[in-house]
Amino acid sequence: MEANNVELQNMAQESEKTPSGMRIIWREITRDKVALISLIFITLIMIFVYGIALFLDKSEIVRVDLFSIHKPPSSEFWLGTDKGGRDVFGQLIIGTRNSLTIGILVTLMTGVIGLVFGIVSGYFGGTIDNIMMRILDFFMILPFLMIVIVFVAIVPKYSILSFSLIMTAFLWMGKARLIRSKTLQERELDYVQASRTLGSSNMKIIFSQVLPNLSSIIIVNLTLSLANNIGLESGLSFLGFGFPESTPSLGTLVSYATNPQTLQYRWWIWLPASLLILVLMLSINNVGQALKRATDARQRRG
Amino acid sequence: MWKFTVRRILIMIPQLFVLSIFIFVLAHFMPGDALSGLVDPNVDAATLLAKKKALGLDNPWYIQYIDWMKAALQGDLGKSFHYKMPVADLISQRIVNSFWLSLATLILTYIIAIPLGITSGRFNDTWTDRAITGYTYIGFATPLFIFSLVMLWAFGFYLDWFPTSGSVKPGLVPGTFDYVMSKIYHLLLPALSMALISTVGTVQYLRNDIIDTKQKDFILTARAKGAPESRVYNHHILRNSLLPIAAFFGYEITGLIGGTVFVENIFGYPGMGQLFLGSISLRDYSVVNSLVLLFGVATILGALLSDIILSIVDPRIRIK
Repeated sequence: MEANNVELQNMAQESEKTPSGMRIIWREITRDKVALISLIFITLIMIFVYGIALFLDKSEIVRVDLFSIHKPPSSEFWLGTDKGGRDVFGQLIIGTRNSLTIGILVTLMTGVIGLVFGIVSGYFGGTIDNIMMRILDFFMILPFLMIVIVFVAIVPKYSILSFSLIMTAFLWMGKARLIRSKTLQERELDYVQASRTLGSSNMKIIFSQVLPNLSSIIIVNLTLSLANNIGLESGLSFLGFGFPESTPSLGTLVSYATNPQTLQYRWWIWLPASLLILVLMLSINNVGQALKRATDARQRRG
Repeated sequence: MWKFTVRRILIMIPQLFVLSIFIFVLAHFMPGDALSGLVDPNVDAATLLAKKKALGLDNPWYIQYIDWMKAALQGDLGKSFHYKMPVADLISQRIVNSFWLSLATLILTYIIAIPLGITSGRFNDTWTDRAITGYTYIGFATPLFIFSLVMLWAFGFYLDWFPTSGSVKPGLVPGTFDYVMSKIYHLLLPALSMALISTVGTVQYLRNDIIDTKQKDFILTARAKGAPESRVYNHHILRNSLLPIAAFFGYEITGLIGGTVFVENIFGYPGMGQLFLGSISLRDYSVVNSLVLLFGVATILGALLSDIILSIVDPRIRIK
């Protein structure tokens, strides 16, 4: 009898074991064919771009060579040359790497700032929340594109880091709002109240109870905003307020299309970059949507 | 409702105040001071100093701020360095163009988005719905400038259906029918490009809202009482779903501001966005300042409009 009881208990426990978070996510992605293809595509591109960029001689690619201006694709220049005689294919690779790096950097930084801001504001509430919300409201008023362009024009010393910082400074608000509203919900839940009654320190509650419940939202939001940030950076570079022309970026390649001659007759300069931006954003979006479905059990396909 | 509106407007005033201070401080970090727009740089130092004093530029910063605010509120936004004319005049020339572009975009957005959203929500899970959802999906991920470029290339250059730059055909007399037609003709492609991208938010929202509302009990009641399907949709469901769209209208304005910068650049459309980009490149900072201030104010007003409309439409917000 004893053995049977124990066996029954074990069986009951096993059938109740829900799959862990990673397994759910992985299952969701594999069930959604589009998301799976997107994920593979992104990984391949990243390996390709970051890997090959190590071997490419950057200074060679950005060197202006007046004898090779505007050459169509050939065996020497796989995607032809641009108006400075520079190899477009090489610029595409380095540009993709740069755009991806900035996208990831900005996403991470806005994520951290938004997370801290949102949790502090949502958890502690009261006056702290009020003040922080006023600050947030102020930042939301600023017209993002304009302010970033102005800052880019003002800041004298330019680098990937300073550009990312400028973008981050005006982009963290959406995340903070999202995290704050979720934290407000979590705070009212019974088990959090119980922990507070028992005297757990605030930090402990935040890290061990509130944060894990936010993790699904954070992951989804990070992925979707990665796609958005890549688009933003390309847009800024397109207008001429992202990378300088000596640093290749997908946006600068597309910006050559504002010249009507280039737009009509020299597709190899701007079309591949545009397509790459589009496909990258779509792929990251696909993966993000799959992640989103994974977090909401009702919408899962798996 | 009035109490809410008044409260909301009162919140707006400090927002405007802080915005103006921020822009004022920003202006001081821009290289070159206000004087470079007004004097010949070859003038000697003594005259420069005298001019500075005359213009009040060596006063402490808070007095300078008050002067600037007083002037701005009366419509004097300084002089443009590059164009050698008052900024206010420069802006008023362009603002009409931008206004019409924004209006056309908004109209097109709603004309396209509302039927699509309704169809998508009503005929859920059919091929039409899947097609529309696919469109919103791709549209959501496509950056505006790439889409506009492709539109320009396809419809402007390749098919030659639309003009590729400018706001009106040169040589036409303002006020004539030809002039108006030409203006509309030049507007269409940029407005269409912006509209097709900004519809996706509205379509997605409408679709989800209609799907949610469809399942509510009161719809079941209406059907049980024998209401025809058209009445169920046009009267019951739409009234619930359309009203928030009216409320988002104010936020659409904010989106438009960012969009016009790209679109005016790509289509060579002479509006405020193009003025902004040009002035930054030319380091014409008095223009830049005024434009940023203007856009910031427009954003604040847009948010105010949205909140007021939402409060009229959704009584729950008023009571809170």
